[in-house]
Amino acid sequence: MTTASVAQRSSAFARPTAKTGVWSWMTTVDHKRIGIMYGVTAMVFFVLGGVEALLIRLQLATPEGQVLSADQYNQLFTMHGITMIFLVVMPLGAAFFNYMMPIMLGARDVAFPRLNAFSYWAFLGGGIFMYSSFFINQAPDGGWFGYAPLSVKLPGHGMTVYALGLIILGISSTVAAVNFLTTIVNMRAPGMSLMRMPVFVWMTFVVQFLLVFALPVLTVALFQLLFDRTLGTQFFGDSTSNPILWQHLFWLFGHPEVYILILPAMGIVSEILPVFSKKPLFGYPVVVFSGIAIGFMGWGVWAHHMFAVGLGPVANTAFALSTMFIAVPTGVKIFNWIGTLWGGSIRFKTPMLFSLGFIAMFIIGGLSGVTHAIVPHDYQQTDTYYIVAHFHYVLFGGAIFGLFAGIYYWWPKITGKLLDERVGRLHFWLMLIGFNLTFAPFHILGLQGMARRTYQYPKNYGFDFWNLVSTVGAFVIALSILTFFWNVIKTRKRGETAGADPWDGRTLEWTIPSPPPEYNFAEIPVVHALDDFWHRKYVEDKEGRLVPVPAGAQEAAGHATEGYGGDDHGIHMPSQSYMPLIAAIGLPIVGWGITFEQYWLAIVGGVVTFAGLYAWALEPSTEELH
Amino acid sequence: MTGRNARRNLRGVWTALLTVLGLFLVACAKNAPQDTLAPVGPVAEQADNLFRPVFWIAVVIFFLVEGALVYAMWRFRRRSDADAPKQVHGNTRLEILWTIIPAVLLAAIGVPTVITIFDVAEKPVGANVVHVKVIGHQWWWEYEYLDVELPGGGNLKTANELVIPTGRWVDLTVTSVDVIHSFWVPKLAGKQDAIPGKDNFIKLRADQPGVYEGQCAEYCALSHANMRLRVIAQPSADFDNWVRGQVAPAPQPADAQIVDRFLNTCFQCHTLRGIGSGGGATTGPDLTHFASRSMFAGSMLETNARNLAAWLDNPSSLKPLADLPAGPTMRDYDLSQSEIDALVAYLMSLE
Repeated sequence: MTTASVAQRSSAFARPTAKTGVWSWMTTVDHKRIGIMYGVTAMVFFVLGGVEALLIRLQLATPEGQVLSADQYNQLFTMHGITMIFLVVMPLGAAFFNYMMPIMLGARDVAFPRLNAFSYWAFLGGGIFMYSSFFINQAPDGGWFGYAPLSVKLPGHGMTVYALGLIILGISSTVAAVNFLTTIVNMRAPGMSLMRMPVFVWMTFVVQFLLVFALPVLTVALFQLLFDRTLGTQFFGDSTSNPILWQHLFWLFGHPEVYILILPAMGIVSEILPVFSKKPLFGYPVVVFSGIAIGFMGWGVWAHHMFAVGLGPVANTAFALSTMFIAVPTGVKIFNWIGTLWGGSIRFKTPMLFSLGFIAMFIIGGLSGVTHAIVPHDYQQTDTYYIVAHFHYVLFGGAIFGLFAGIYYWWPKITGKLLDERVGRLHFWLMLIGFNLTFAPFHILGLQGMARRTYQYPKNYGFDFWNLVSTVGAFVIALSILTFFWNVIKTRKRGETAGADPWDGRTLEWTIPSPPPEYNFAEIPVVHALDDFWHRKYVEDKEGRLVPVPAGAQEAAGHATEGYGGDDHGIHMPSQSYMPLIAAIGLPIVGWGITFEQYWLAIVGGVVTFAGLYAWALEPSTEELH
Repeated sequence: MTGRNARRNLRGVWTALLTVLGLFLVACAKNAPQDTLAPVGPVAEQADNLFRPVFWIAVVIFFLVEGALVYAMWRFRRRSDADAPKQVHGNTRLEILWTIIPAVLLAAIGVPTVITIFDVAEKPVGANVVHVKVIGHQWWWEYEYLDVELPGGGNLKTANELVIPTGRWVDLTVTSVDVIHSFWVPKLAGKQDAIPGKDNFIKLRADQPGVYEGQCAEYCALSHANMRLRVIAQPSADFDNWVRGQVAPAPQPADAQIVDRFLNTCFQCHTLRGIGSGGGATTGPDLTHFASRSMFAGSMLETNARNLAAWLDNPSSLKPLADLPAGPTMRDYDLSQSEIDALVAYLMSLE
């Protein structure tokens, strides 16, 4: 009886088995493939967001620019923000969480592999849904911050798409966060205690907590906005309701979001600096705890986005002080990074250049951040280009530089090929110069009184020169990104083979082949220390100087081969599945149905998602009966 | 080889850093009417007085930290792959030090900041204070002079140009009728958001006569960029004269056709005190003394016959406009050339 019913079920829900080709990617649950898909998709959106930025810069190159209409400009600056935050920096972080975090923990996959696939497809669906609005020329046009009551009152479908798109992307990030939290808590290799976790994993951990708690706040606000727009409720939209409520909800999400964007980059840099300095991270516990402190304090500063709202001097004082003091743990990180370099033996490989660029630029963003806490002067700064300068120094000079450091650092692990160093250096210098040409002038423009989100600025306001400089800089950045793509193409076939450990790494991902086999570790490693792999290669003498472990001794200790070859017979990996894809496909369909008030379509989408989830629960755990 | 690379990298980093700072040093522009670094009134000055020392502290920290970074990069560059640096894992005393020093520094910045926050939040009192209600509209500013009563009841209302006396505090109540705007005149004070259903307070004082440029600073859709404003500060006596002029009703037009136009169309949104029913509508600016303002259309266009004719002919060609939930904005009313000429002649007479 039992056997018969199992057989029946398995025939109704056969698990896909394709190992190559399109379907192998559509049905994969391998955290590494999902990581790659996150990365590639985020790069596509990076190009789109970049093109939007270039159009914006073209419009602003001269006073009274005529390249774009006011309406087009408003759509582009809104979509540029949404794209770079939700479709580029967050998923690029997710690409590394997916690909690297399990390997760095010594695990074979994440805790919920199918849920992981669902996160990706929901992200892709949310991104496509958001961008589909361009085809009807009604992209969101109320700013990425979507301030009510404007976001309620704006005509057209734009802000409905905004609310629904961010809800879908929020689903993606929330389930991913639950997945990663479970993975970090439960799937660490034997001996991998919390204080032996690589800093990147620690920062991943903090980010997932932020996501789990911050995204629901945004989701609630987005549903209220959606109801205001589609059902005529009055949460934010009319004179009897309170539009400031939206701002509180949005920034209660929005400020932790800033740390969601920057902490992964901080984690990446904390991995790279020790490797290329041949020294352990200076003050590992302090770096970890300052990351946690930033995670906590990030919840207490949201109203510094709202100093000019009129919350009163007491509230403004409280948020001014909390904003000033979040600079302390951030500063500590910078000092510890410099401490890591100090006394080291520094190699200027491309990942290191980007990491150093990150620190140098982040210092500037951090300092301008402190000036925002000077509330009486923030009344001048807020909603000017001075703010735009600040957050680009943090999110581009910080997050994007850090993420590129990660790309150059882990590329050989992921592809087995090294990226070209000379092209990489060119990319770095072009990006550093282009970045500063673009965004440093914003400090000046802001202080000279140039307001944000204006599609034109008048002549004779002293804005002309620096805007032109900035536009030139934006194209230098574009050139640097092209250089990166050239590097990828150039090394795809002819690149130098990386080997397992091209950088003389410290963490577990460098113990396994490049690219890693599907099961990551033939044998689950046993971890004895922080930077375990390093301690298999080197010991310290009495003065703390570095002494390589002789090759023979490594093998005698049975360390060097651990996890390399081994016998992969009998490693059971999770089976592929169609269901995450099907469940995710329904989400944008629901979105289109609601946007165009075709409720039958929304129901169809809901049925698809529900069917996907139902079948997901019922499908057998493997592709064949055992 | 490694050393040469390091030196080359180092030079690049210095160039980048100096470029950044150089940009700051030349930041003092000559012709920047909205320059926050050249305050005129006490509120903007107080903010500036806070910002300047913090800016210079930041510059010092910038050089110390970036300097340490660059020095470490140069001093500890790899000379040989056999380098065996000492494995330092941390230094508790140092780490405590560089936690405490920034905290103390920030506390030092915090004290004057908090004092100034409360300072600028204090309402001015006395008989000399001018009270004005600022109301944001998509996309223009309405001012109601709360101390100036009109003979027919109600307070004096004007648009876009805020006329104030020099040397006297102006107490502004800032609000909005549609979406959130932000009232900002950089040389006189920072921003205050104009939020529907909420009365916000900001004060300003201009100690020198002059024209101070400003604009809406909170994104308010299509013509946000074109929601400009001006503050015109005049000596107290001139201000009193101005008030007397503004209180007077508009002169009757010679041409009856004009009244017809206003009654049928313009009065749906605009007011013209003393003419017919006067309208009383506040969707659009009060036009009673239209020609006394130097600019119109959200302080976008200079008030002259040519601009006004073009505006009446096709307003959205000069400023992107859209019909809004609060009511229609200016649009093309298909006026004939002679109608436009007559209207322009009359409106330009409303000094």
